[in-house]
Amino acid sequence: MQYTSLKKLRVIISMVFFVLITLVFIDYRNIIPEEFTRGALYLQFIPSLLKFINLLSVSVVGFIVVLVLTFVFGRVYCSSICPLGVFMDVVSFFSRKLKKKKKRFRYKKPHNILRYSLLAITVIFFAAGSIYFILLLDPYSNFGRIITYFVNPVIILVNNGVASILGSFNVYAIFPVEIQSVRFELWIYPLLFLILVTWMSFTDGRLFCNIICPVGTLLGLLSRFSLFKIRFDEENCTSCGLCARVCKSDCLDFKEQIIDYSRCVECFNCLPVCPSDAIKYTYKKTGYHNSGIKKIKTDSLPDDHDKKKRKFLTLLLSVFTGSAIGSIKLDTQEEYKDSTVPEEKEFPVTPPGSLSIRNFTHNCTACGLCVSACPSDVLQPSFKEYGLTGMMQPHMDYHTGYCNFECTRCSEVCPTGAILSVPEDEKTRIQMGIAKFVKENCIVHTEKTDCGACSEHCPTKAVKMIPYEGDLLIPEVTDDICIGCGACEFACPTTPFKAIYVDGHSIHEIAKEPEEEKLEKLVEEDEFPF
Amino acid sequence: MKRREFVKKSVGAGFVTGTALAFGSINNLFGKVPLPDSPADLVAVKGGNPGQMFDRGIEVLGGIEKFVKPNQTVVIKPNIGWDRGPAQAANTNPQLLTRIIEHCLKAGAKEVRVFDHTCDVWTKTYKNSGIEKAVKDAGGKIVPGNTEGYYQKVDIPKGVKLTSAKVHELILESDVFINVPVLKHHSSSRLTISMKNLMGVVWDRRFWHRNDLHQCIADYATYERKPDLNIVDAYNVMMRNGPQGVSVSDVVNMKTQILTTDMVAADAAATKFFGSNPADVLYIRKANEMGVGEIDLEKLTIERIMI
Repeated sequence: MQYTSLKKLRVIISMVFFVLITLVFIDYRNIIPEEFTRGALYLQFIPSLLKFINLLSVSVVGFIVVLVLTFVFGRVYCSSICPLGVFMDVVSFFSRKLKKKKKRFRYKKPHNILRYSLLAITVIFFAAGSIYFILLLDPYSNFGRIITYFVNPVIILVNNGVASILGSFNVYAIFPVEIQSVRFELWIYPLLFLILVTWMSFTDGRLFCNIICPVGTLLGLLSRFSLFKIRFDEENCTSCGLCARVCKSDCLDFKEQIIDYSRCVECFNCLPVCPSDAIKYTYKKTGYHNSGIKKIKTDSLPDDHDKKKRKFLTLLLSVFTGSAIGSIKLDTQEEYKDSTVPEEKEFPVTPPGSLSIRNFTHNCTACGLCVSACPSDVLQPSFKEYGLTGMMQPHMDYHTGYCNFECTRCSEVCPTGAILSVPEDEKTRIQMGIAKFVKENCIVHTEKTDCGACSEHCPTKAVKMIPYEGDLLIPEVTDDICIGCGACEFACPTTPFKAIYVDGHSIHEIAKEPEEEKLEKLVEEDEFPF
Repeated sequence: MKRREFVKKSVGAGFVTGTALAFGSINNLFGKVPLPDSPADLVAVKGGNPGQMFDRGIEVLGGIEKFVKPNQTVVIKPNIGWDRGPAQAANTNPQLLTRIIEHCLKAGAKEVRVFDHTCDVWTKTYKNSGIEKAVKDAGGKIVPGNTEGYYQKVDIPKGVKLTSAKVHELILESDVFINVPVLKHHSSSRLTISMKNLMGVVWDRRFWHRNDLHQCIADYATYERKPDLNIVDAYNVMMRNGPQGVSVSDVVNMKTQILTTDMVAADAAATKFFGSNPADVLYIRKANEMGVGEIDLEKLTIERIMI
């Protein structure tokens, strides 16, 4: 029973990571400082690995720490650091509370073909330059999406409820926050994933970690050789089987006294339950125990499970593609006639610091952290902007917001290096795209009235008002000082098509500084002009 | 229930605090909008810091007590449109707001609330403009204007294009309404002063842009709940690249302030600082034609103060 505290330690550490990472994702009021976010996510394997490959910097070696930890202690990453793993433990915990008959785990054979194929596909695709399978399978990113897509809206709804109650008493400490309506097609994958993970952990503990998760499978390759291991003491063991009953990974065969170290996540559940001190977590081998896993058939679970899922997803998408979010019309009388020329965007706009569409789509795992963190609501999960494989990777959606001139929040929080950190003064010069003006849609041209909303919102005055018919002023874009922030597009009041929109750059450029001329004074210091 | 209350209050507000307003509309027939018990229609102050100029200006108008009675609630509507620092003068001067709030509280105001429907992200804008801190330090309350829930629909019977609008609840429920615009160049409306500043008390501004901006500004100025006092901040003035400005090089230190109950007069006078003719700014002309106030400065009693 001496291992009770070890298990408690594991539970405490895992809860700390779980709470910290969840906080980082639900921080819709931007209270958490960037250093905290970076610290909380430092050890996340995939983000850290991607950022390291991207930057080759020693400041992002979290994944190496994880590899070392795995080599020394086994898959502690899976039991304590991975938020999705902890989430599954929480589900598993409740399943035990809810079920009348207590769940008894038992040793099962590994699904080697499935897990190694998924790992191989992920690695091969990544080596070939596609992050697609990482995006679909990475546990951290999936956890992030669960929070971003399903938890945050609920939290914001509750916040808004409280805010409106307090507001009626003229208390404004808690204020309402806009909920951005994500296209429901985008919910399909995260929802299916959430259902899958919940079901798997509800019925069989850490099944997901040992048949689907590529990080788990990869660390499993290393944990076979870890220094510390859970080992049987053959002399003490009475083969009572208590240890196997609590093994979440189904990897402990008490009859053969074999533990499959590639699947063991070091949850330490087996240690304190042993009545005869026959199972130990030790550095030294007390006897030779091979992880000796024999080849098995994998007909119990179809290995094209994931393919089917994607097929279903694609099918659903094709059904719903046509559905657009209806625009809400005000019930006041409008004389305005709809604009006629559709916007023609060649490229989507990627966030400042992402360098290029290529860099962004090759490094973004669509965890949604930047979407949660963006104070302007401009970063939204993409639908088809980057193609099907880039679905859920965020893009700058200038219909929901525009990029705040001096804000660098997304680049501060992005853990994968898809959006690289940029200093504030450089950010204001990053040209993500260039505004295109469509005169045929413009109010000034069609209604012959002043408007200028675009120029008003332009932070660099790249959109300037120049003389038009009569006393009217009409917008003109100076390309080289435009930063593509989308303020003009957002502000443009024409419907359904905007009269000014930003076409993204495939590779970001640097905009010129706006020129400063000297001002001539119009009024003398000490007199009134009337 | 709350909505009904607002409507009641907004109607009530017209009677309770509307002495100036009532006189205003009657006197419009004669082309004059005098302040109650004050010889001046408009006070222009020059040469001091924003706080000093307000002290002197409000004194000439008979003190803030003329406008704020004990136990009344006050709403102040500055311009907090843009995420820019005070030096760029894209937003109302925080020092001026501090002083106005101090005066209101001294006169016995129950609560002084400040809000704007910002253009940039409101949390950043409130903070970086220096206004959030200034308001809190002075004892006022800063209120968000970022969600539609705060806005109640009202009719604008005299409106030509804008016949109804959703207006922030504070405008409808507060006893006293003080409008504190900053004078700026403006790419859409040419200049933004007191009438244009009221675009920040409504929810849907795109409608205005789509349906003849100048007419909508004038239309909203006819709405019955007009400001009880307009204080035009022209301490630092953005002379070009407005309303947001590109850098401090757009700004001239004009050290001026205009105080009046007449929005059209305020805007007409402020226009002169840009060397422009008030009638050339279309919404000012339209508002004058619709009887909102006086555009002809010759017809006004103006008190000029040099510090």
